[in-house]
Amino acid sequence: MSARRSLIGIGDLSRDDITRLLDLGERFAEVMSRDIKKVPTLRGRTIINLFFESSTRTATSFELAGKRLSADVINVKASGSSVEKGETLKDTILTLAAYKPDVLVIRHAAAGAVAAAARYTDAAVVNAGDGKHEHPTQALLDLYTLRKTMGRLEGLHVAFVGDVLHSRVARSGAIALQTMGAEVSFIAPPTLLPRGSAEGLGVHTSYDIADIADADVVYALRMQHERMGEGGFVPSLREYATQYGIGHHRLREGQRVMHAGPMNRGVEITDQLADDPTALVTAQVEGGMVVRMAVLYDLLSDPQAVRSADVVSHMVAA
Amino acid sequence: MTGDTVTRLVDQDQVRRTVARIAHEILERHADPSRVALVGIRTRGVPLATRLAALIAEYSGVRPDLGSVDIALYRDDVAAGTMPVVGETHLPFPLSDRTVVLVDDVLYTGRTIRAAIDAIFDYGRPPRVQLAVLVDRGHRELPIRPDFVGRNLPTSAADRVRVRLTETDGVDEILLFTKERS
Repeated sequence: MSARRSLIGIGDLSRDDITRLLDLGERFAEVMSRDIKKVPTLRGRTIINLFFESSTRTATSFELAGKRLSADVINVKASGSSVEKGETLKDTILTLAAYKPDVLVIRHAAAGAVAAAARYTDAAVVNAGDGKHEHPTQALLDLYTLRKTMGRLEGLHVAFVGDVLHSRVARSGAIALQTMGAEVSFIAPPTLLPRGSAEGLGVHTSYDIADIADADVVYALRMQHERMGEGGFVPSLREYATQYGIGHHRLREGQRVMHAGPMNRGVEITDQLADDPTALVTAQVEGGMVVRMAVLYDLLSDPQAVRSADVVSHMVAA
Repeated sequence: MTGDTVTRLVDQDQVRRTVARIAHEILERHADPSRVALVGIRTRGVPLATRLAALIAEYSGVRPDLGSVDIALYRDDVAAGTMPVVGETHLPFPLSDRTVVLVDDVLYTGRTIRAAIDAIFDYGRPPRVQLAVLVDRGHRELPIRPDFVGRNLPTSAADRVRVRLTETDGVDEILLFTKERS
C-alpha cells in the first residue's frame, strides 16, 4: 500500500484543494437528492470513527458519509470502550490499526492528539476536532455553505463572535476563509479573545460587538462551558448574552448568521434567530454530510494517479 | 509514450458519415424516437449523444430525450487508486418510460458500460437499455455487446485507440497509437 494522506489541519489544503473538495461536495449533494442515496464507490473500504469526545453532528455525518459511499463504518466511542479502563491513545490506535482500516476519523479533547495518533497507523487520518486546535471538516462545510448561499468566498467578510478562545471552529474557519480570499474578524470579550494567536492568524480583532456591522456573515460561537472549568471567563451567561448574544436586533438587512451547533439558545444566539429560516444552521448540517463524503472520497483515491492520467491525455493532445 | 506510432484510422468526413449511419440505425429500430433517451457517458459520449439526437430530430422530425451519465462513483477501480474526477449526471426525463441508448466513444473492456448501467439504475428502471459506440476495439472483459457500432477496429491490447471530437478536442478523428516493436 502506498503511503496515505491525512487531513489533520485545514492549513494542509491549498486553495485548489479546497475548491476541489467543495466541487466534489456539490456532486455528492446531487447524490443526496436521488431516491437511492447511495453509491458503490468505496465498497470494501473500512472506516473507523473514533470519538474520545461527544458529538452528534460530526459523528453522525461521518458515519452516514461513509455508508452513503458503501464503505464499512465502525464507530468507537471512548465511553464504553477500553479507553475507560485506562488504555492509552497509542494503544487504542495500535489496536484499531491492526484491523487494517483505510481511514481513521478521530476526535479528541487534546490539541495535537490526532496528529500524534496518525503516527501509529498507516490509515489515512481525519481530524474530527482536537481540543481547541482544529476542526478542518467543519471549516470545509462552512465554506461549502457560504459558497452555496452567498455565491462566492473571495472578498466575503465573516465575523466570528464569542468564545474564540476555546474555538477550533473559529481557528480552522479563519485559516480556510483567508485561504479562499475572504476577510475574517474575531469579536469577543477580552477574556475570550486570544490576542496573540488571533494576530498570528492575521484576522481583525475587536471587543466591540457593534463591529459586526462590517461583516456579511456573523458566525456565533458556542460558549464552551465544558472547557471553561471554574475559569470565570464571563461574569455570567446572562450578562454575556446581553452584551454579545446575537439576535435580530443586532443584525442589519441581508446579514446572514451561522452556528456550528450545538447551540446554547438564549446565550450566544437568541431563540428567535436560531429558528429564523435565514439562519444557515440547517444548511450547515446538510453541507457537513456532503463535504465529509468528499473528504473520504478524496483520501481514498490517489491524486498521483490523476496527475499521470492528465499527463497522458496532455501528451496525446500535443 | 515515446516511440509510439500514431495512425489516423478515421478522418473528419468519415466520422461524420459514421455518426449519421448510427442515427439512421437507431431510427430503424425505434419507430417512435420520443420514447428514446440518448445518454452520453462522460466525457466523449456526451457530444456524440448530442449529435445523434440532433440527427435523429433532423431525419424524423421528433427529438429524442438527451442525458448524460458520469460513472466516476461507479468505477470498479477507485480502490486501485485512480481518483476519477466526479462529473455531473443529468437525466431529465422519466427513465421508467424510455429506452435508454447509452452512447460512448470507444467500447473496450466493457467495464465503463457496466458502471454506466449501475449508475442509471440508481436513478430509475428503464424498460430497456441499448448501447451505441463509435468504435468497438474488442478485448471485452465482461459479457457486454453493443447494439449500434460505428466502426469495428480490431486492435492489440497494447495499442491505444483515441477518439477526438470537435467539441472536446477541436477535430473529429480516430487515432491508433501502436507500440513500436524493438
